[in-house]
Amino acid sequence: MNSSLFLYTLHLADNALITGHRNSEWTGHGPVLEQDIAISNIALDLIGQARNLYQYSARIFNDNISDCKRLISSPAFLAVIGDIDEDDLAYLRDTNEYYNLLLAEQTNGDWAKTILRQFFFSVYQQLLYGNLLKSKDAHLSAIAEKALKEVNYHVRWSGEWVIRLGDGTAESNRRMVEALDNLWMYSGELFLSSPYENELATEGIAADLETLKDTWLNKIQETFDKANLQIPPPGWMQQGGKTGKHTEHLGFLLAEMQFLQRAYPNSEW
Amino acid sequence: MVNYNLNNTNIPDEEAKVWQLLDEVSDPEVPILSVIDLGIVREINIQDKAVEVVITPTYSGCPAMDVITMQIKMQLLGHGYGPVTTRTILSPAWTTEWMTQAGKDKLKAYGIAPPNPKQQVCTPEYFQREESVQCPHCHSYHTTMISEFGSTACKSLYRCLDCQEPFDYFKCH
Ligand SMILES: [Zn+2]
Repeated sequence: MNSSLFLYTLHLADNALITGHRNSEWTGHGPVLEQDIAISNIALDLIGQARNLYQYSARIFNDNISDCKRLISSPAFLAVIGDIDEDDLAYLRDTNEYYNLLLAEQTNGDWAKTILRQFFFSVYQQLLYGNLLKSKDAHLSAIAEKALKEVNYHVRWSGEWVIRLGDGTAESNRRMVEALDNLWMYSGELFLSSPYENELATEGIAADLETLKDTWLNKIQETFDKANLQIPPPGWMQQGGKTGKHTEHLGFLLAEMQFLQRAYPNSEW
Repeated sequence: MVNYNLNNTNIPDEEAKVWQLLDEVSDPEVPILSVIDLGIVREINIQDKAVEVVITPTYSGCPAMDVITMQIKMQLLGHGYGPVTTRTILSPAWTTEWMTQAGKDKLKAYGIAPPNPKQQVCTPEYFQREESVQCPHCHSYHTTMISEFGSTACKSLYRCLDCQEPFDYFKCH
């Protein structure tokens, strides 16, 4: 139970951190100033959520070292002396010890792909956090309560952009269709429960993903109807992120994000 | 939870002194507001000179929170208290309703439109977000939103269609 909760909090935190980090890559490169600021603010919200969740993961780890330590084999992480903290979790775990959705780590591509990734993810987060409000774990429900207010903004912002681009010009529509071709195969994993999610859902701690799927699809459908986009027919879905099997992109992202702490351990600025 | 009121006479003198001191600690991003105006200080526990301050962050990713925590400690240590600790609680989540009236008045005088008492547009519907916000310069309601996200996570960017001035709106949360 403790090790499952540790993995689950990491999964939620990694989703927020990796999506937030991808968004932050737009800072200074947004298509117009207001949208550059918007996506940077969303990045900030997500990294803030990740911090709250990592702080909780760190506490679970420190209180249950024997259960949790065997789940991580990164030498840099295991070399930490004393209690671990949020930064150790973010900077010192290796790729196969990250449990984020494959969707989160996909590269930004053009604005259309970034928007669609954000939209799929934000609607998912909205339902997930909404469900976690009634989690038996009071700490998780408090984090969800705080985050949900921000996520509501993200859903509206990204959904409006999906409509604006999908129902815009021939070129913007073409780019949305291309983004959809690229990203749809990563949407199946959102609702495939990992062993730790199954265990915690039975105990009323984690969200029951099966119950969220239809609501998610309805929201996508409803938005796509306004955006001249079609949900693709059922096909092959990728999976693995929740158990640490990632696409090649995560390694490059972590190499850049973790470089400083790996090269100069414990440096601060 | 009750918002602390600097005129509340039911609070012991020792504690009231600490609340007063914290009213001098400002938000680094909106220096006109104190942490008391913001409504983020939820509780103060005193034992002799040891003080614990319980705070609720405004936004998950608010970069000002670390600075605010540091300044709270410095302020109290500088006035002879110690050890000073802070504890963060997330639930109930902070809302702009906790901002004091004094805080809202200061914001407006500073040129930032204060949060509306109640969010008027709270539906998840797309493209229905235009809240009626009063221009802090000429008091006109004839304004339009430029961007939902402004200079910081807590503000949106508006423009007044009467006096033509752009302004920040401290959005409802
Ligand atoms: Zn005006």
